Amino acid sequence: MLGKLNWSAIPIDQPIPMITSAVVALGVLGILAWVALKGHLPYLWHEWITSVDHKRIGVMYTLLAMVMLLRGFADAIMMRGQQAFALHSNGYLPPEHFNQIFSAHGTIMIFFVAMPFVIGLMNLVVPLQLGARDVAFPTLNSVGFWLTATGALLVNISLVIGEFARTGWLPYPPLSELTYSPGVGVDYYLWSLEISGVGTLVAGINLVTTVLKLRTKGMSLLRMPMFCWTTLASNLLIVAAFPILTATLAMLILDRYFGFHFFTNEAGGNVMMFMNLIWAWGHPEVYILILPAFGVFSEVVSTFSGKPLFGYRSMVLATMAICVISFMVWLHHFFTMGAGPDVNAIFGIASMIIAVPTGVKIYNWLFTMYGGRVRFATPMLWSIGFMVTFIIGGLTGVLLAVPPADFLLHNSLFLVAHFHNVIIGGVLFGAFAGYTYWFPKAFGFRLHEGFGKAAFWFWLVGFYVAFMPLYAVGMLGMTRRMQHYDVPEWQPWLMVAAFGAVLILIGIICQIMQLVVSIRRRDELRDRTGDPWHGRSLEWATASPPPVFNFAIPPDVRGEDAYWAMKRHAQPQDVEKTEPDYEDIEMPRNSPTGFVCAFFATIMGFALIWHIWWMVAAGFVGAFATFVAFAWRDHDEYVIPAAEVARIDRANLAERGALPGTAGSA
Amino acid sequence: MNILDPQGPIGAADKTILIDSVAIMLAIVVPTIVAIFAFAFWFRESNTRARYWPDWEYSGRIELVVWSIPALTVILLGGVAWIGSHQLDPGAPVEGTGSPVRIQVVSLDWKWLFIYPDQRIATVNTLTVPAGAPLRFELTSGSVMNVFFIPQFGSMIYTMNGMVTRLHLRADNEGDYQGLSAHFSGDGFPDMLFDVHVISPLAFPDWVAKTARSDGVLNEDSYGKLARQTVEHNKPTYRLDDPQLFGAIASQMIAPGPGPKITSESAQSYIGASDAR
Repeated sequence: MLGKLNWSAIPIDQPIPMITSAVVALGVLGILAWVALKGHLPYLWHEWITSVDHKRIGVMYTLLAMVMLLRGFADAIMMRGQQAFALHSNGYLPPEHFNQIFSAHGTIMIFFVAMPFVIGLMNLVVPLQLGARDVAFPTLNSVGFWLTATGALLVNISLVIGEFARTGWLPYPPLSELTYSPGVGVDYYLWSLEISGVGTLVAGINLVTTVLKLRTKGMSLLRMPMFCWTTLASNLLIVAAFPILTATLAMLILDRYFGFHFFTNEAGGNVMMFMNLIWAWGHPEVYILILPAFGVFSEVVSTFSGKPLFGYRSMVLATMAICVISFMVWLHHFFTMGAGPDVNAIFGIASMIIAVPTGVKIYNWLFTMYGGRVRFATPMLWSIGFMVTFIIGGLTGVLLAVPPADFLLHNSLFLVAHFHNVIIGGVLFGAFAGYTYWFPKAFGFRLHEGFGKAAFWFWLVGFYVAFMPLYAVGMLGMTRRMQHYDVPEWQPWLMVAAFGAVLILIGIICQIMQLVVSIRRRDELRDRTGDPWHGRSLEWATASPPPVFNFAIPPDVRGEDAYWAMKRHAQPQDVEKTEPDYEDIEMPRNSPTGFVCAFFATIMGFALIWHIWWMVAAGFVGAFATFVAFAWRDHDEYVIPAAEVARIDRANLAERGALPGTAGSA
Repeated sequence: MNILDPQGPIGAADKTILIDSVAIMLAIVVPTIVAIFAFAFWFRESNTRARYWPDWEYSGRIELVVWSIPALTVILLGGVAWIGSHQLDPGAPVEGTGSPVRIQVVSLDWKWLFIYPDQRIATVNTLTVPAGAPLRFELTSGSVMNVFFIPQFGSMIYTMNGMVTRLHLRADNEGDYQGLSAHFSGDGFPDMLFDVHVISPLAFPDWVAKTARSDGVLNEDSYGKLARQTVEHNKPTYRLDDPQLFGAIASQMIAPGPGPKITSESAQSYIGASDAR
């Protein structure tokens, strides 16, 4: 009846997961009870859960990322604690638990922190920057978000029911095959990522279409803000790469569920094929993450220097070059597999070539500051911290692209330090910069500056204290994923690294405080202008938070840095504009499709993991029925009458002090 | 295990390339970092002496320079990578004194088996080699993937079931070193640390003769016991019964290791093993 599921699946005897999940469950139940008792449930349902508004979905993506960051970080600090003390001893985490933790940490941080964070920012900002009313496929957008949430939920369910994968964040066979991993851990991993992978692919298709088709009047490709370009590049990579991930994991699923032999030891299976396929997705994946971050930095550096981005066309070229070349370098993840000198050298050099456009980007940000008036607000601090940190990560990355150096450093903690250097110093700093920068746009008030700066400094210093020792201990031969070790020279470095993790923890606490304090003091932090940073692109041309239709009149763009030009243009006239002719606006209806679909997908995923076949069928039929019901809808849009648009726009304009150069009045 | 303290020509050459590459990159990275701080500081908003060019966004000369600097660096480093990859191909033989020693390496759950086919002996978790002689490793895995790595000797290489990878190393100085698996392979993975003894070429035959008098015999039966998921702290030695054993493992004539029998028991057996030490 319940497949492999029985009471022994719940790890009653392991205090850490049980206490953690009890606390989390109580927290979730508490919040739900509060929401229900206060009568917020209808509001949540109508305004958020069923919302197809790109801004709301963007916010929910970002919220998901921040919640999962807490989970991923909890894993991280447990690992650092274990390794700091596991010399000649087993530490406090037995191997089967430690191995789940590092697997969950990597999986969560990449798929459920970094990905939703950047997708959330793109969702929130890109339609605004393009002068569009929404993304191209609003309901699909909601489906994509909720499927991502399904994946995250399944990973967290594994904490209480069953186990998570013990095979690392990429489940290399044959270890991940049924012979060596008979438990449900790998299945949790596979189905989480299959389901959330569909969500990501949908988001990618959506954003590519949005950028290509929904630009406002006059917004030619080469007038788009840099963030839109990096969004385009990143989402093209999603569209091209995520099907590879889905297919590769599907092959592993066939091996595990139906006795296929794609990657098994026996019967002609080939593990090297898995490594090639997974990295054919995996390497573009890191550029999927970093390119939007590059876009954020481009916006932030330009805004806070009070200057246009230096070498805009060069930046576009660099972005698209990275987009293309990133597909041609995957083999550098396994130079030590014995591929032969020609293959290794060619992939090594190809990997280095990516450093050229990346280096150009760094220099262009540098020269954007040159001749500017640099304001050190929190987003700019993250950006400068990024530039310095990322160069160091780039150096070690190019070093690892030299095959003979990689022969010494492959899989070592030097490698671990390298990719944290670029993912924390690049992607995460970018996400935090974007979060601080666009928060006022999303909510109408700024984040508290003092806590923001404190968070930045703790994160920055904590990062260096946590990861520079890992470079050193990697040089001492320490490989990754060791639950215990017998080499005394490693221990001092690992203790320093654990201390660094504590500093980062303080940084995270500062960020939580920042959010709480900012919400409580939202009236004094209120941004009435819609343009708190003296922004340059169109998202600042509308109110904060923007009305559901974003722009009462679609803006007319006459050049790069559209809003900057509007503001300048309007200054000499210095007169009240005549009111534009408002028109009816058609907006997509909210739809529970995404949520209901994801509900059934969760049931189906859980049932697949535990081999409960009747429930698989029920989940599948439910999800399909949801799709059919949605496809047969009659009314997918509603009309906001011109009078209502005018009322909202007048109120917003009045609020913003009749700022010259508002939307549509370029 | 310090890779900056190599004990053989491969490790030394790897290290040289590593240091050279870092030096080449530091030559542009350090000035760039300095420039970031300098520009950000000088052009701070409060500095009234700094110029403000609100429209300056392009300079062909600067563009040329910023594309050229990383491009030239990469051309230089690309040369290093190309030459280094060819000179340090793990499959290329290494010069040395004395006759080469052939060692067949099998990674198992969770231990290393070293077979000396020419000497008809085998050891577990301890590798003994003569100083100065070329070491010819043939490697495979008896179960999942691992990486064979002795940090102070240089290059590492994967071991995979059903395949043979090749690695050539040389150890120049007598002494005791350590090797490890550099690829996660399951619950007993951290116990795949192994001892490496580099002894004088004169002492090597004596060690071989002594090992050949071991009680244990390595054949398909005793290999089958080794292939089970256990952690090995005793470092047994064997007489090699069948010199074709490695070939039989690599060609899957002998089936790969069984893995855990039942999920929950794998953890149990491991914990039992580590308590035993």
